[in-house]
Amino acid sequence: MRQLKSLRILLIAALIIGLFSFAAMAQDEEAKYGGTFVFGRSGDSVGLDPIQVTDGESFKVTQQIYDTIVMYKPGTTEVIPALAEDWDVSEDGKTWTFYLREGVKFHDGNPLDAEAVKWNFERWGQEDHPYHIGGEFTYYGYMFQDFPGIIESVEAVDELTVRFQLTEPQAPFLNNLAMVSFGIASPEAVMEHGEDYFKNPVGSGPFKFVEWRQGDRVILEANEDYWGGRPYLDRVVFRSIPDNGARYMELRSGSIDMMDYINPEDVASVREDEDLDLLLRPSNNVGYFAMNMGFEPFDNVLVRKAFAHAINKEALIGAFYAGLAEPAKNPLPPSLWGYNDEIEDYPYDPEKARELLAEAGYPDGFEFDFYYMPVARPYFPQPKMVAQSIQYYLSEIGVTANLLSYDWGTYLDKYYADELETFLLGWTGDNGDPDNFLYVLLDQTQNNINYKSDELHEILIEAQRTPDQEVRTELYEEAQVIIHNDVPWVPIAHSTPPLVKKTMVKNYVPNPTSTEKLHNVWLDQ
Amino acid sequence: MINYIIKRLLALIPVIIGVALVVFLIIHLIPGDPAQTMLGERASPEALAQLRESMGLNEPLHIQFIDFFKGLLRFDLGRSIMSNNPVMAEISVRFPATLELSFFAIVFAVVVGIPAGIFAATHQNSLFDNFSMLIALIGVSMPIFWLGLMLIWLFAVNLGWLPPSSRLSVGINLEYITNILFIDSIIQMNWAALKDVLSHLILPAIALGTIPMAIIARMTRSSMLEVLKQDYIRTAYSKGLQDRVVVYKHALKNAFIPIITVVGLQFGVLLGGAVLTETIFSWPGLGKYLVDAIYARDFPVVQGGILFFAISFVFVNLLVDISYAAIDPRIEYN
Repeated sequence: MRQLKSLRILLIAALIIGLFSFAAMAQDEEAKYGGTFVFGRSGDSVGLDPIQVTDGESFKVTQQIYDTIVMYKPGTTEVIPALAEDWDVSEDGKTWTFYLREGVKFHDGNPLDAEAVKWNFERWGQEDHPYHIGGEFTYYGYMFQDFPGIIESVEAVDELTVRFQLTEPQAPFLNNLAMVSFGIASPEAVMEHGEDYFKNPVGSGPFKFVEWRQGDRVILEANEDYWGGRPYLDRVVFRSIPDNGARYMELRSGSIDMMDYINPEDVASVREDEDLDLLLRPSNNVGYFAMNMGFEPFDNVLVRKAFAHAINKEALIGAFYAGLAEPAKNPLPPSLWGYNDEIEDYPYDPEKARELLAEAGYPDGFEFDFYYMPVARPYFPQPKMVAQSIQYYLSEIGVTANLLSYDWGTYLDKYYADELETFLLGWTGDNGDPDNFLYVLLDQTQNNINYKSDELHEILIEAQRTPDQEVRTELYEEAQVIIHNDVPWVPIAHSTPPLVKKTMVKNYVPNPTSTEKLHNVWLDQ
Repeated sequence: MINYIIKRLLALIPVIIGVALVVFLIIHLIPGDPAQTMLGERASPEALAQLRESMGLNEPLHIQFIDFFKGLLRFDLGRSIMSNNPVMAEISVRFPATLELSFFAIVFAVVVGIPAGIFAATHQNSLFDNFSMLIALIGVSMPIFWLGLMLIWLFAVNLGWLPPSSRLSVGINLEYITNILFIDSIIQMNWAALKDVLSHLILPAIALGTIPMAIIARMTRSSMLEVLKQDYIRTAYSKGLQDRVVVYKHALKNAFIPIITVVGLQFGVLLGGAVLTETIFSWPGLGKYLVDAIYARDFPVVQGGILFFAISFVFVNLLVDISYAAIDPRIEYN
């Protein structure tokens, strides 16, 4: 009898819980305002002036404080309006005109108009500008090729119209402007703080800067007047918790709401926990095995194809990425526009690889040098282990790889001097433009593996000079076919960095470019 | 006494010059430069040359050293290459955090270590003696990162008694004045903050204090044992003095010189920043910051930081030396 009673209680309880969760589900649709969102990250920001920094932890914060002229659509690298509502480009691709949104104000109340945009670009690009101080302006020099580089002039045509005159067409120009580095700062604040501006940031973004306790936390609060609507969150706190294990314990104990860089061995326990969600950031990188054609027999495409068939990418990803990556068949990550999904990868087939080697004239194999990176990068979390496995796969088809490494600086020096025979390396994209992968890494004027292809070069140059994105997409798809057939690399993996959040954190959309605005995130509490 | 202190302070000058030179040479001679670290995969020869130029790394080494030394004379340690923040400003924010944690760790070490050592010495070869020395041995050999994670796991995640890491809860408002939060919350009479600050201090102080505690306990024990064998102790007992009086008044005072030396030395070491404890407990102190700066080859920060440590270490030693005179009237400084 007693059992029956407790069963009844249980049933009623289940019913009530069911009703409540139904109600909760119904409410899910409606975002709630309020709350403090605490993000646990692995390190502190270096600075909060986005043009002066190159580290992800700084960009995570400046993304919230500043706006760019255009921005990436959430979850993609597609460019959409931001400060500029619209834009057009001249036929020759050298004149870009942007029409700014009306009524946007910096957090200090000053108007964000054409003059402010012009002032920012002149500060970044002109080395004799009185406020070209406080750092190296690294990404400006890098994306616009020196100071002032390809930006000849910036003109405030009227209050809300800015015109850029370029010395030569740069098709990725639009994608470049969406980079978090080029967030527009309040000129008045920069002038007021001078060299110390980096700890007193003033932009126009969804969150205002409140306080930075160095080494500990950055505190932001909602910008009530944000042009994109008031953010749902009242406050955002970025906390530095350097140890991966400790950060995960903070999440479990409830003192933070979200984190990145989890230890691979903790991923399984996240998947089991109902209160936690695992999000995968779309990949913006590629890790590859490169073959330098300046060395015999890698000048022979049959040998390179044999290698492509010899390596089991799925197994590498299972073993060394905790499954948090996807096998690569192109140099471009799939989240970028222009990715050619029609291409079929060379399947793992050691038998076929041996045949190709024999056909190339190496039935008994050969010996060569194989360099692996001394440091872990997002695209190769465990480069030495990956190299040892590749060495094993290659031994299966009868070739002997001598594993070697250098310290990171020397490794890169040797790479840029074309001196590495075969090696592991990779790339993380800057601006979400295919040019930033294909031209930078594989064009014959740029690559460091003696890969020559006039056909590819012409396509890549044409794509750089064509402002029309549809035409460019076609060109890049064609380029990937050429690369696939020439096999200068065996692309290995695109890693998808994991993020862990409490289930009550809603509407968090990770972007391939590593940072995202938080104004649409809300807390279900 | 005053003369002695002035003499010791003057002796600091060659020490500082020596440390400055050694640190400068080591950091500039190891491979890798900050430009390379900043650019990573993007470190093409052209990009590298351009960035090195604008960072002033292309100047000859001796010119760079002279510039650094000139700054030093004006108490200017330069600006961080990575953040452009003045090194002095970074140190003045982070050192108080390190000082606060080190202080509580050493208090923990002394409060637990000295009584344990005394008790072990007075009960030599008893069960407690053997047990406490075993604990001390484990304490000395315990990997801090493991101990730290276990403390967090047990007391923060499972039991929920204490916060897992950092110095202050997100919801607590406290203005930073001295950056020693314990003092800041007292100044502002913010008792909620004080409670929060102390609860954040407990776990890292135990993790950081465990090794010094073990060392202090062992030193106390052996020093006490030596003193307890002396003739005057036998005399004291034969006068019919109580156990407590003999141990604490006659023995401990004489055993104190080596103990205070060890405590001072350990405190000096802790002030150098505890990289592991700071990492595990997200403590924004100097140690972790300096290690990051070494990886980034942030020359001014490394130079300034190590110089700062050297000086604070020398000061702690000076304090220890002065305290000898206070404990043992036979010691005089002329």
